[in-house]
Amino acid sequence: METLVMARRWITVDGNEATASVAHRTNEVIAIYPITPSSNMGEFADEWSAKGQKNVWGTVPQVTEMQSEGGASGAVHGALQAGALATTFTASQGLLLMIPNLYKIAGELTSYAMHVSARTVATHALSIFGDHSDVMACRQTGMALVASGSVQEAHDFACIVQAATLRARVPFLHFFDGFRTSHEVDKIEELGDGDLRKMLPDELIAAHRRRALSPDHPVLRGTAQNPDAFFQAREACNPFYLACPGIVQETMNQFAALVGRQYRLFDYVGHPQAERVIVMMGSGAEAAHETVDYLVSKGEKVGLVKVRLYRPFSLKDFTAALPPSVRAIATLDRTKEPGALGEPLYLDVVSAISEARSAGLSYPSHVPAIVGGRYGLSSKEFTPAMVKAVFDELGESRPKTHFTVGITDDVTHLSLPVDPDFDIDSTRRDVVRGVFFGLGSDGTVGANKNSIKIIGEETDNFAQGYFVYDSKKAGAVTISHLRFGPRPIQSSYLIKRASFVACHQYEFLDRFDVLEYAEKGAVFLLNAPFGPDQVWDELSKEVQTAIVEQQLKFYVIDGYSVARDAGMGTRINTIMQTCFFAISGVLPKDEAIAQIKTAIKKTYGKRGEAVVQANFAAVDQTLAHLHEVTVPAAVSATRTMPPIVADAAPDFVKRVTAVMLANKGDLLPVSAFPVDGTWPLGTAKWEKRNIAAEIPVWDEAICIQCNKCALVCPHAAIRAKVYPADTLAGAPATFKAMDFKSNEFKGMKYTIQVAPEDCTGCNLCVMMCPAKDKSNPKHKSLDMAPQRPLREAERENYAFFLDLPEADRTALKSDVKGVQFLEPLFEYSGACAGCGETPYIKLLTQLFGDRAMIANATGCSSIYGGNLPTTPYTTNRDGRGPTWSNSLFEDNAEFGFGFRLAVDKHVEQARELVAKLADRVGSELADGLLHADQTTEAGIKAQRERVAALRKRLAGLGVPDASRLDQLADYLVKKSIWVVGGDGWAYDIGYGGLDHVMAMNRDVNILVLDTEVYSNTGGQQSKATPLAAAAKFAMAGKATPKKDLGMMAMAYGHVYVAKVAFGARDAQTVRAFQEAESYPGTSMIIAYSHCIAHGYDLIHGLDQQKLAVDAGYWPLYRFDPRRQAEGQVPLVLDSAPPKIDLGKYALNESRYRMVEQAFPERFKTLLAAAQEEVTHRYALYEQLAGKDKK
Amino acid sequence: MDLSTTYLGFSLPHPLMPGASPLVDDLDAVKRLEDAGAAAIVMHSLFEEQITREQIGAVHNIQVHEESFAEALSYFPKPDEYALGPDRYLEQLQRIKAAVGVPVFGSLNGTTPQGWLNYAKQIQEAGADAIEINFYHVATDPTETGADVERRLLEVVRLVKAAVTIPVAVKLSPFFSSLPHLAQQLDGLGADGLVLFNRFYQPDIDPEVLEAVPRLNLSTSNDLLLRVRALATLSGRVRASLAATGGVHTALDALKAVMAGAHAIQMVAALLHHGSQHLQFVREGLAQWLEDHEYESLRQAQGSMSLERCPDPEAFERGNYMRVLQTWRLSRA
Repeated sequence: METLVMARRWITVDGNEATASVAHRTNEVIAIYPITPSSNMGEFADEWSAKGQKNVWGTVPQVTEMQSEGGASGAVHGALQAGALATTFTASQGLLLMIPNLYKIAGELTSYAMHVSARTVATHALSIFGDHSDVMACRQTGMALVASGSVQEAHDFACIVQAATLRARVPFLHFFDGFRTSHEVDKIEELGDGDLRKMLPDELIAAHRRRALSPDHPVLRGTAQNPDAFFQAREACNPFYLACPGIVQETMNQFAALVGRQYRLFDYVGHPQAERVIVMMGSGAEAAHETVDYLVSKGEKVGLVKVRLYRPFSLKDFTAALPPSVRAIATLDRTKEPGALGEPLYLDVVSAISEARSAGLSYPSHVPAIVGGRYGLSSKEFTPAMVKAVFDELGESRPKTHFTVGITDDVTHLSLPVDPDFDIDSTRRDVVRGVFFGLGSDGTVGANKNSIKIIGEETDNFAQGYFVYDSKKAGAVTISHLRFGPRPIQSSYLIKRASFVACHQYEFLDRFDVLEYAEKGAVFLLNAPFGPDQVWDELSKEVQTAIVEQQLKFYVIDGYSVARDAGMGTRINTIMQTCFFAISGVLPKDEAIAQIKTAIKKTYGKRGEAVVQANFAAVDQTLAHLHEVTVPAAVSATRTMPPIVADAAPDFVKRVTAVMLANKGDLLPVSAFPVDGTWPLGTAKWEKRNIAAEIPVWDEAICIQCNKCALVCPHAAIRAKVYPADTLAGAPATFKAMDFKSNEFKGMKYTIQVAPEDCTGCNLCVMMCPAKDKSNPKHKSLDMAPQRPLREAERENYAFFLDLPEADRTALKSDVKGVQFLEPLFEYSGACAGCGETPYIKLLTQLFGDRAMIANATGCSSIYGGNLPTTPYTTNRDGRGPTWSNSLFEDNAEFGFGFRLAVDKHVEQARELVAKLADRVGSELADGLLHADQTTEAGIKAQRERVAALRKRLAGLGVPDASRLDQLADYLVKKSIWVVGGDGWAYDIGYGGLDHVMAMNRDVNILVLDTEVYSNTGGQQSKATPLAAAAKFAMAGKATPKKDLGMMAMAYGHVYVAKVAFGARDAQTVRAFQEAESYPGTSMIIAYSHCIAHGYDLIHGLDQQKLAVDAGYWPLYRFDPRRQAEGQVPLVLDSAPPKIDLGKYALNESRYRMVEQAFPERFKTLLAAAQEEVTHRYALYEQLAGKDKK
Repeated sequence: MDLSTTYLGFSLPHPLMPGASPLVDDLDAVKRLEDAGAAAIVMHSLFEEQITREQIGAVHNIQVHEESFAEALSYFPKPDEYALGPDRYLEQLQRIKAAVGVPVFGSLNGTTPQGWLNYAKQIQEAGADAIEINFYHVATDPTETGADVERRLLEVVRLVKAAVTIPVAVKLSPFFSSLPHLAQQLDGLGADGLVLFNRFYQPDIDPEVLEAVPRLNLSTSNDLLLRVRALATLSGRVRASLAATGGVHTALDALKAVMAGAHAIQMVAALLHHGSQHLQFVREGLAQWLEDHEYESLRQAQGSMSLERCPDPEAFERGNYMRVLQTWRLSRA
């Protein structure tokens, strides 16, 4: 056996990579499904396998993406039963979907270790962030639960659990905190292959294989047992659970002997005679550890028990870990179990102390007080100040038995007071603490990760990085927290007082309190378009005050001009990184620059000399442009920071939303929030982010009034209106208007208006604009121009525009132009600039938003649709608008179907009551209500008027039926039910439900926003991913064709199906939406959605849509079962036969190009197969559409 | 019939070869060309600008979205082999070199001195037997003089000649105002061959949508005449060997180019139209003509109709222009 133990390396990785590194090297079969924050573990495993990296036994693990976590768990269960070493990675709802299999795997005493980056389970809201609610839902499955609290521990425990499960036969769920550990970058000591081999002896693996199902020595598992047998058989596993803790401790001891790091089932740290002790697990224990060390050094008798093996819970080891002197224990749970006497760890500790005493195990001479608290839900910060608050509470004569820490609970008053000034982080003067504000797109995070690598790997220093991301995708703000110091860094919380604060975007100074992070005497680095002599005068009073009062050393650089001159565009990452090293002195300047250049070469070398050279030039130019600013003694500014939201905003927006927008949401008390996750509409309009450098400017002189700009705008930031001329009175001086050119609104005025502060500058409207100046075609009716000089005037113009009357919905034509006069009820979402999905949703809200109910699958559309602080769905002047909810990822079709069942029931009852009360409310009105034609806007309007009249008449009746009808009367107006989601939902995880809903044939409209990958989690392949394209989990190009979801739906015969691409034929898109809604059964629209995960500048998104259609890759069609009744073929093909090669479309996109570049021969084969598939499929459609000429 | 010729110092059995084009993208097609008897293979150009754009584009299109959003720190897998650079070109050159027995000529279009230098070296290292400098220049800058353009070209040739040891041919556009003078200077720098002439993309206009539409029209035999005159002008006056490219479709075309002074003839459009076996057809036709007219060898005809040797040199000079016009008038009169 080859067990050479090489010298171990120090590596800088995040928790996910640290864990996956061990899991990949110690398994044979890995089944995965993407879910934040665990996706990266699966991605690493897949990438390593795709590159041929072998496990410690010399074989490349098989990595397979499944259709859901339930599927992944089933596949793992099968692989384990067939004798493979198998694993998976997951979190949150994904883990919940695995639970049925976990019971089975444990019940069958299967050696198995899985890894979970613990994440909040969705309740009143979804959260992608970390807590233990998912893991705690698995306590009863029989899985052993092991918690690690840092990146190094996650790495070590991944090994320990794999070894322990082979010995114990109890399966293990190893977990660590989502984001705080999974995404924290740390310098750790890497376990070598030799270490792993030594921990996993061959005889244990052989034993696992011997237990496998095999026809050569067949056995039967998974029997059904009856009352006579089940109970006893269930108890038969007990000896294994009893032995398990001992085995884990032995494994930990073996690990310590090999590697040097000793863990115990319950690790105690603190004063040997501690009187106050905290019991907890996960990353929070690291902050607690630091605080305990600090408090002990100040003479306090406090201690901490870190729980490693939570299940099976070893009473003996727990009791032994507690110092006998303990008088009060606080258990801290990172989860909430409403209605329970306490959270899980609390209940376990209470039972443990009680049992220990009866068993004579307990050391304390007196019973300690035990209290339980919740902390850190959804990655809420957990800091030394909070730890101290808990110890302080334990010092009280009657500590709160149940408390929360880290929030202000002004409703049930459970929260502990926390001293905001208690801070141990900044007392360590040898630790550099840097906070960097950047844009996602400027590369700040990447550069910081790179700096950590440089410092971690090139110096003796330890390094830590944690990154806070935005809730918006376009113009996303990032805040990086970096620590460097001579000792391992345990601070598992954000930096509050930094010695270095960098603001990489000048505009942020007007949006965020950047300098609140700066400690006295800190360095402040600002990227601004001003020189050192001018910059001071541009700053607001607040910023100047902070600089003066905190005595900051202030540096400025015009990073963008350096980047521009070096050919780097807007990438200022290496420039700002160079500044950091130059000023901070973490490394000698020249060495730092050499290291940055080495890193640049490493990052871009493969992709080219041009980028390397541009970066080198930028680095070389940086120092000449970096200036220290002489700070005046006094504040001179009169300008103050602008308000976060306008004064006109509603009270809730000002009290709650604005606080969150200012990055101060942590300060909001419990009472500020709705109790059940219900949130008002129309909040996005108050967040003026001003993220576009350029916005479109309308030249009315050449406009042809096609309204296509409004249709394609992903953010509803350019709009068209037709309105009476007399309403123009009082218009701002620069407001533009022209005569409306068509006959339907003769004599009226027309305006195209941009929302200057909401536009993302994506250019789609300009690209779409067909109106060119005949003598200078470079100039179109829409041209981009710098936003800043236009901002004030256009803001005023936009406000005036919004106040102009909306067009009469009943008088509008139903073509592209007509529907763009309808008010969008989905605006300024946080989707990516140029998003290909949102124009469809916006169109939906224009057409049906005032009576729409939307069920939204988890994914991009639920994130830009419903991620706080602000949300895009809004109401019209009557207060009507889409009502929206997200249930889960997997159940969306069923969720929306439930809407339909309820609405139909409401309608049925309302109609019954109208019939019953016909005489009382007037038979003519009743008749009108019951027989209303609601197929047109006019019909809907008339029915709304009837309902209003009905309500008036019901008011005076005073009978119970009248009040019942009053509750339900609104349902007499037709509701439009929409089920919206991406391809990950429709093609994969939600397909079973989607299929069932289609089979039911109720009036539900399904909108599939098909980006052909899991966009929200980072571009993993789905069954919608096309043949030959690269995606995560399909690095070498997908080898199978895209699933033809439309064809599968058509097979039912009764489902309306349309395939659309608004950039190719907008009229067909609009028509499909109208037909789908009017169809009285199930309708499905599959909508081509260009996406950043396709790898090209989305400015060309509409062109790519056209090419997709021209190549026949995305044939446009409408399959309308109603046509059958008219003796026609239900399928109508709306696009012509393929007229260009598939390559002409595909090779404009990096997802195809990268396969061509990396695997040229394979790509040739794949593309040829894809071309054949296109030809074949189009021919099939032609046949179905009755166009077969033979 | 002895059709042998010497081009860039290589003794070739005949002057016919495929010109720089997509003809060499596919290895099977290259083999078919060799089977058809191509005397050499000329690779399409390695475009520095394209490489640079693709590299920067990859950063722009992929990296700007990374590390921005908590759920998706990236959107693409990261294959190790994914290289955006000259690698694929060089690999293809190596593959062709390994697959065929005839000389293989690389072709390079650079934009920066560094690019010319590095890529020329890499093309040599990849095994090219010679390199063609594709100085593709479209004049659009009003501040750049004709002399500036020539200086730039000469500088590039000087750089490349210093960087490589393999023969260097220079592919020129027809728009230099004094070709013989430029040719002499190139000669002075040691250019081993001159390739006449480059064809440019000729943007068309789509009046419906007011857009310029890039278009590359394939040559016809009419295009040959411009080359014939240039070849005839330079033949015998420069040390460098001469190649005709653009307009050779038939054996007669090839013969005219040879008589004007071409040592090599590069064909693209005709091969795209008729397939690689057309090369063989032209070669046979050329041999047949020479035989029919009792030539001993191709070399006997090479340069026979150059400005120096042509019985009526004025025909290649201004008079030509005058006379054609007069003839035209007469014939229409």
